[in-house]
Amino acid sequence: MPVQLTAQGKTLFALLSGDIDHHTAPALREQIDNAVTEYRPRMLCLDFSAVSFMDSSGVGLVMGRYRHNAAFGGDTQVCGLSPSAERIMKMSGLGKIVSFKKNAEGG
Amino acid sequence: MEKINEFRMTLWAKSVNEGFCRAAVAAFAAQADPTAEEISDIKTAVSEAVTNCIVHAYPHTDGRIYLSCQLYRDGRLRISIRDTGCGIEDIKKAREPLFSTMGGDRSGLGFSVMESFSDKMLVRSRPGKGTTVILEKRIRGRT
Repeated sequence: MPVQLTAQGKTLFALLSGDIDHHTAPALREQIDNAVTEYRPRMLCLDFSAVSFMDSSGVGLVMGRYRHNAAFGGDTQVCGLSPSAERIMKMSGLGKIVSFKKNAEGG
Repeated sequence: MEKINEFRMTLWAKSVNEGFCRAAVAAFAAQADPTAEEISDIKTAVSEAVTNCIVHAYPHTDGRIYLSCQLYRDGRLRISIRDTGCGIEDIKKAREPLFSTMGGDRSGLGFSVMESFSDKMLVRSRPGKGTTVILEKRIRGRT
C-alpha cells in the first residue's frame, strides 16, 4: 500500500510510502481524494516520513490535495519531509498555503 | 579531463521507466563513492529530466529516451537525457519556475529542480526534432 489512511477525530492522516514520482502519484492522488470526499476532514495531514524518494511530482500531489480538500473547507498540512523533499516543496512556494510540520500531529 | 567510464541505454518513454532511469544512474554513480545527499540530488535531477520526456516529448506517438552517462577522473558525472520528440518552442519560458504547459497536478518545477540539484544544466532543443538535457554533477564523495 503506497498510502495508509487513518481518521482520528476531524483529522485524516495519510502516511505515504515508497517513491513519489509522475508514475506513482496518480494512484496516491486517487486514494487520498476518495478518502477526503468520503470523510471531509477538517485537517488533512500528509505524512512523508516513510517516503524513499520524491521529485517535483510531490509538489503537484500536495498542491492538488490542498485544492481538493479546501473545496470541502478543510486545511492541509505536510510533515516528515526529508531535507531534499523540503527543498523542492519550498521552491514551489507551497509554504504559503500549506503548513510544514516536523511530525504528524493533526490539528 | 579523462573519462573513466560510460554507459548508454535506450528506453521507451513510459512512466514506469522513471524509477528505472534514476536507479540506473545512481547505481552507475556509486563507483565514485558519493554521499547519500549526492545520490539523492542525482536521482532527483534525472527523474525530472526523464519525466519531461515522458510527459511532453511524445504527445501523440510512442517514443524513446536516450540516456547516457560519463564519469570523469575528477569525479564529474555527466548525464545526457535525449528525446526525438516535439521539442521546446521557448526554452527560456520552459525554464521559468512554475511554468507548465500542462494543467492538473504538474507543478512546473522540472527545470528549476534539475538546475538546483545539479552543478550545471544545459538544454538544447529544436521544435519537431527533439530535446537534449545535459546535467553535470561533481561527486566529491565520502572521503
